[in-house]
Amino acid sequence: MAKRIGQYTIELDRMPGIIGYGTAVGKKEGEGPIADEFDNIFEDTTMGLKSWEEAESALMTSAINSALTKAKITASDADGLFSGDLLDQSIATTFGVKDFALPHIGLFGACSTMALSLSLASLMVDSGAMNCAIAATSSHFCSAERQFRFPLEYGGKRTPTSQWTVTGSGAVVVKAGGGAPFIKRVTLGKIVDFDVTDANNMGAAMAPAAADTLSGFLKDTNTKPEDYDAIFTGDLGQVGSTLLKQLMTEKGYTLDENYNDCGLMIFDMSDSDVAAGGSGCGCSASVLCAHILKRIQSGEYQKVLFCATGALMSPTSSQQGKSIPGVAHLVEIVHNKG
Amino acid sequence: MTNKEYSKMTKQASPGSKVLLNCFNAFWVGGLICLLGEGLSELYTYYGLSQLTAASAVSISLITLSIILTALGWYQKIAKFAGAGTLVPITGFANAMSSPAIEFKTEGQVLGTGAKLFSIAGPVIVYGLVSAFLYGLIYQIVTMF
Repeated sequence: MAKRIGQYTIELDRMPGIIGYGTAVGKKEGEGPIADEFDNIFEDTTMGLKSWEEAESALMTSAINSALTKAKITASDADGLFSGDLLDQSIATTFGVKDFALPHIGLFGACSTMALSLSLASLMVDSGAMNCAIAATSSHFCSAERQFRFPLEYGGKRTPTSQWTVTGSGAVVVKAGGGAPFIKRVTLGKIVDFDVTDANNMGAAMAPAAADTLSGFLKDTNTKPEDYDAIFTGDLGQVGSTLLKQLMTEKGYTLDENYNDCGLMIFDMSDSDVAAGGSGCGCSASVLCAHILKRIQSGEYQKVLFCATGALMSPTSSQQGKSIPGVAHLVEIVHNKG
Repeated sequence: MTNKEYSKMTKQASPGSKVLLNCFNAFWVGGLICLLGEGLSELYTYYGLSQLTAASAVSISLITLSIILTALGWYQKIAKFAGAGTLVPITGFANAMSSPAIEFKTEGQVLGTGAKLFSIAGPVIVYGLVSAFLYGLIYQIVTMF
């Protein structure tokens, strides 16, 4: 059974293993620095479907199918599915997973949903309530733009602090007694609000939450950033990761060369469209499932902290003058059980 | 850390927009659109349209051109570079009307294209009319004396 250590960190006794992981991304992601590592790259971002929302659902279906294939199981072998996305009422998820016909736990943690879904799936498996569970998230640049900003064809200029929503999905299959990588500890984060109101600077809105969760985890486990081979945040981008480093320094921790942000890894950063980096649920999910887990499985990384960050922004609350609170959830993933 | 301190920290960590360069690009692209308008006006009057009819014909031409470029996805590419230069002229207004019309066609002719057509340009029409009304009122009062 999982047990609580420190204030908010939970240690998983049985350490469920990740037996499969899959990704599906769009064209721009497929031209980025980690393009070779994705399972499926779709050149046509409509996926031949009628709407962007349907395309996002198809991305999630594809990522889950890849994860199941690699895990050498079928959907009916799993006991539950934890997933979410950025769209209202999580419609990308609903239509993306309904045909798997599994008990479904729909989640919203904005861009932090990958760490949230993976945490809950792992805890469920660790508790014995499920033997095998799937965690997945997705985002799509076009469906996010039309919901949160402007129509795609609208002529506007992006600010240098804005981020580019990743068109992509990642899925993980967690199983009791599965092989490496293993889920060792998780910290579910608090909502942190520093009254950031600029919807074009999500990194700044999320950095305090990342600092809170990360420092909380390090304190609870009595470890330091240098004890880990790699620490990844979800989608803080250039501005957010600079702020996170500063906030961590103030808390007495140094984030050094072992630290990176998925939002800075997925795109070619010289592309001016990308501005401060990638964002969206699909950002951390696709980087985790394409790049990070592979390296933990091979043993290149022994101990990794994956801290996905979410800006809890709604166009409604923003128009009503409310701030953009942030949240971050952390999962420690290791190569060895020992 | 207080919200104020964090706001200061954020400001320092956030790169600012290249204001001078943006203004320069907006100026010359916007100017070019106006030049095109002027050229069309000259052309239309040369072919016999009155000054007033030519002005309407210029507006119609620029709006049509903007909508065609929007539909082809080119207007957005120019606007990314020119900013206010493409936003302020009548072509920007046409883009603001046609882009939601294209984007929301997946929600149908009525609740999609029809309803969302004014989602960006609507406020411009509303406050344009209000301003015109107030201007007219003031003008009327001033000319009474």
